[in-house]
Amino acid sequence: MKIVVCVKQVPDSAAKMTVENGQVSWGEAPLVINPWDEYAVEAALVQKEAHGGDVIAVSLGGESAKEALKHALAMGCSEAVLISDPALAGADSQAVAKALAAAIRKIGDVDLVTFGRQAIDGDMGVTAAQTARILGWPALTLVSRISQLDSSSRTIQVERSVEDGRQVVQGKLPAVISVVKDFGEPRYPSFMGIRKASRANIPTWGLGDLGLAAPVSVVSWPKVENPPAREIKTEIIAGSSAQEIAEQLADKLLAEKVL
Amino acid sequence: MDFELTDEHRMVQHMVREFAQREVAPVIKEYDRKQEMAPFVLDRMAELGILGICLPVRYGGQGMDYIALGLACEELEAVDTTLRVVMSVHVGLNSLGLLQWGTEEQKQRLLAPQARGDKIACFGLTEPGAGSDVAALQSRAVRQGDIYVLNGEKMWISLASKAHHALVVARTDPDAPDPHDGLSAFLVELDTPGVTTGDIHGKLGVRAGSTGWIAFQDTPVPLENRIGEEGEGFKIAMSCLDNGRYTVAAGATGLIRACLEASLRYAKDRHAFGREIGKFQLIQQKIAYMVQSYDAARLLYLRAGWMKNRGLRNTRETSLAKWFATDASFEAASQAIQIHGAYGYSDEYDVERYLRNAKGAIIYEGTSEIHQLMQAAYALEYRRDAPLRCELPPYDAATWQ
Amino acid sequence: MSNKILVFIDQKNGKANQASWEALGAGLMLAGKLGGGVTALALGSGSQQVAAEALHYGADEALYCDDATLADYRAEPYASLVSSLARGAEAVLFPTTTAGREVAAMAAVDLDTGVMPDVTALEVEGGQIVATRPVYAGKLIAKTVCSAKPVMITTRIRAFAKPTADASRSGSPRAVAPAVSEADITTRVTGYTGSAGGVSLNDAAVIVSGGRGVSNNPKLSPPAGLDEKQAEIWRAQQGFRLVGDLASVLGGAVGASRAAVDAGYIPYEHQVGQTGKVVSPDLYIAAGISGAIQHQAGMRTSKVIVAINKDPEAPIFKMARFGVVGDLYEILPALTEALRKRLGK
Repeated sequence: MKIVVCVKQVPDSAAKMTVENGQVSWGEAPLVINPWDEYAVEAALVQKEAHGGDVIAVSLGGESAKEALKHALAMGCSEAVLISDPALAGADSQAVAKALAAAIRKIGDVDLVTFGRQAIDGDMGVTAAQTARILGWPALTLVSRISQLDSSSRTIQVERSVEDGRQVVQGKLPAVISVVKDFGEPRYPSFMGIRKASRANIPTWGLGDLGLAAPVSVVSWPKVENPPAREIKTEIIAGSSAQEIAEQLADKLLAEKVL
Repeated sequence: MDFELTDEHRMVQHMVREFAQREVAPVIKEYDRKQEMAPFVLDRMAELGILGICLPVRYGGQGMDYIALGLACEELEAVDTTLRVVMSVHVGLNSLGLLQWGTEEQKQRLLAPQARGDKIACFGLTEPGAGSDVAALQSRAVRQGDIYVLNGEKMWISLASKAHHALVVARTDPDAPDPHDGLSAFLVELDTPGVTTGDIHGKLGVRAGSTGWIAFQDTPVPLENRIGEEGEGFKIAMSCLDNGRYTVAAGATGLIRACLEASLRYAKDRHAFGREIGKFQLIQQKIAYMVQSYDAARLLYLRAGWMKNRGLRNTRETSLAKWFATDASFEAASQAIQIHGAYGYSDEYDVERYLRNAKGAIIYEGTSEIHQLMQAAYALEYRRDAPLRCELPPYDAATWQ
Repeated sequence: MSNKILVFIDQKNGKANQASWEALGAGLMLAGKLGGGVTALALGSGSQQVAAEALHYGADEALYCDDATLADYRAEPYASLVSSLARGAEAVLFPTTTAGREVAAMAAVDLDTGVMPDVTALEVEGGQIVATRPVYAGKLIAKTVCSAKPVMITTRIRAFAKPTADASRSGSPRAVAPAVSEADITTRVTGYTGSAGGVSLNDAAVIVSGGRGVSNNPKLSPPAGLDEKQAEIWRAQQGFRLVGDLASVLGGAVGASRAAVDAGYIPYEHQVGQTGKVVSPDLYIAAGISGAIQHQAGMRTSKVIVAINKDPEAPIFKMARFGVVGDLYEILPALTEALRKRLGK
């Protein structure tokens, strides 16, 4: 079984985000592996342990994204590859998916690709589906359980956490899955993994190595802002009866669009 | 000079932090109140390899260096002192003692299961009547053919009731002209007949830890479990303390950090007189002192760790680190409570536990007073460290892994 | 397709996900600004009925495909049909549901265009659609544009108004053929298991919490034979029933203050605050909670906070968007009723 897990480097979830001169900043906060991606690594490692084989971690980003890959290696991935190219700066989700798909093809003979449900920076949640579509492989997103994986019959069966419960879906391998929290807590890096990761020589693949022309990004964020500062002005709702108060409050809550 | 941690160090730090924060922090208050050790702690620390962190892979360990040990202790005590106490006794006072003084056969037979976490280890030096005055200890080991027969009682022993192995110092030669030379060290397997153990309750702090006593009544200890030569017991005990104190220093540094972080959070959250209390200068002063203590404590323990890595004798530097960090942690906890006001005085917040936990380390593994005497003696040149027959081996990645 | 906007109506067995109508509302708004009409598309069993409903909600045209390949939602065949119909459109709108997000993502690949998921506002500037998207967990707001067409947009649930249905707007939905056949589809839905389960505090968009105050109803007379403490807990349970009723109407979870947990009113798993869970729902309703700083630490980032408390000096009012000084035993049932009416539950 050859499994690829795609991981991203993002600012820590506790980071205070600000925008200065149009530039997004996370201050002194550390960059970490996208927390959802740790579940994807866990899912890949569990399958490797059950079926044998290798797990290759792939990330797209600058040099600092190697940290996310090292984390994946320390958790137990066998190899890691960084996709990095100046032409990918500001890449939109589809440009990223094209580069990931090209890397997956270059790795070759991949049976399964795992993703986290979304990255906590752009909060897009579309990369798994887009990568699958480009590869022409089934996309099984929001997987909470892999109930069956059979490399001889080349099938996978998963439970997907969807709005009205869990959908049981079968697909053919190779397949792309995205994993949700219910899959199970990701393991910590092991000391052996840490030793390996700290010495790993992580290759960098540019677009040339992937045989890819610079993908055109069509989606951009021309403006990023801090949300308007919310000054809490408490509005006391009063009325002659509980019903009157409740009616007023209900209208106001609907107007706040939180229901 | 290089003040930067390696990738390996940073990953160790992160991994131990995740364990302590995710698994222990949410339940620690409950066990502290119950005065019980969280039942999963030792198993998880073993499973994750933390109990063998800085021991060579060929002896069942994880092959990290002494700095990694210090960093792990800092992270553990930032959540609760009792986690670090496990490291102090299992790794610092016992396993590193075996690594330093044990024979190859003893390392394979006794150290490896400890490094793997299959056997939990503790350290038996202190007695009801002998604390700082080690040479006054009463326990007796009498050689009878291929065994020693051990009698006596050890007190204030962390993990006494949980451990499988104890490194015990007892008197083998009551007639030695210098009583220090009459002591020997033994690795006692605690399932041996004649061993009884128990816990001590009603402690001020480290309530989620296990502290107890071990009594030996005609306990046979095989000759092959004597560590070092007969008469080397005091030197071995002092070596063990160099290692144990290092973990205490690193841990207390974590405790200062916990006080600082709690105070920073609270100072920004809590409002008084129309602004957050962090804006008040007297609060700022307390925070500034905590920052100062934290940085100084950290530099002191990392220097000691660096010396251990290089195989340099570090008794003085470790003692200084331990004295400074433990005193500073108590002060930091006290000031953290002050910042928290009445809330800090209740167990709604963690800072009162920090204060209770900080006090113990000012007493054990050399009281602050003992460390002051040591530092003065070094400065006045009344004291010099003579080379030992067995030094703690310097860290060497190639042979460790 | 002649219309400029296509809207994907997420439906199952003839019942549309309500957020689909919000997406349709957003589509109608865009069409108003860009000119042209709106086509609604419903897929799967029961889709004809939903397509007809889309006409009531204001779609100019409604398409459906009730083919066996689309009976259960599957990303591949859904995306293929959406892409085949979307060519030439300005924008395709979806609700941000599981299906909406992933069909949008895949259709964007098919048409080599962009996707802007989970948008909270849409404008048209100089003929271009500008979407507002919260990023970094809502810590920043990005204005997003797409230079290719049709742009795939999913609308955040509850961010857009649902248009008013008008049964007199009639027309007949038109059937369309599936884009791919079963042989070309690599996945198969074999069933459903379990339910979505109770709403947990961590995931809840709405949390209704009770504090010490929930036991404070002297009007209730507890059953005979209870001692003072038992009577207090009995009263508290009646109070938490009201908290639970409101939570269930809102599809939310039940929280509690430490005081309520420590007093034995409700298990620890419900505790919000410093020593409990830290939550950040869209709506946090605190009933009978004074709002000690350690409780605030667990819920201060909630989008909208409502405080209901007898004590006008309770600190919770300082952080609340809306406050009601009054008896939760009267306010909660009235609020539950008022919201039940408005939400059609």
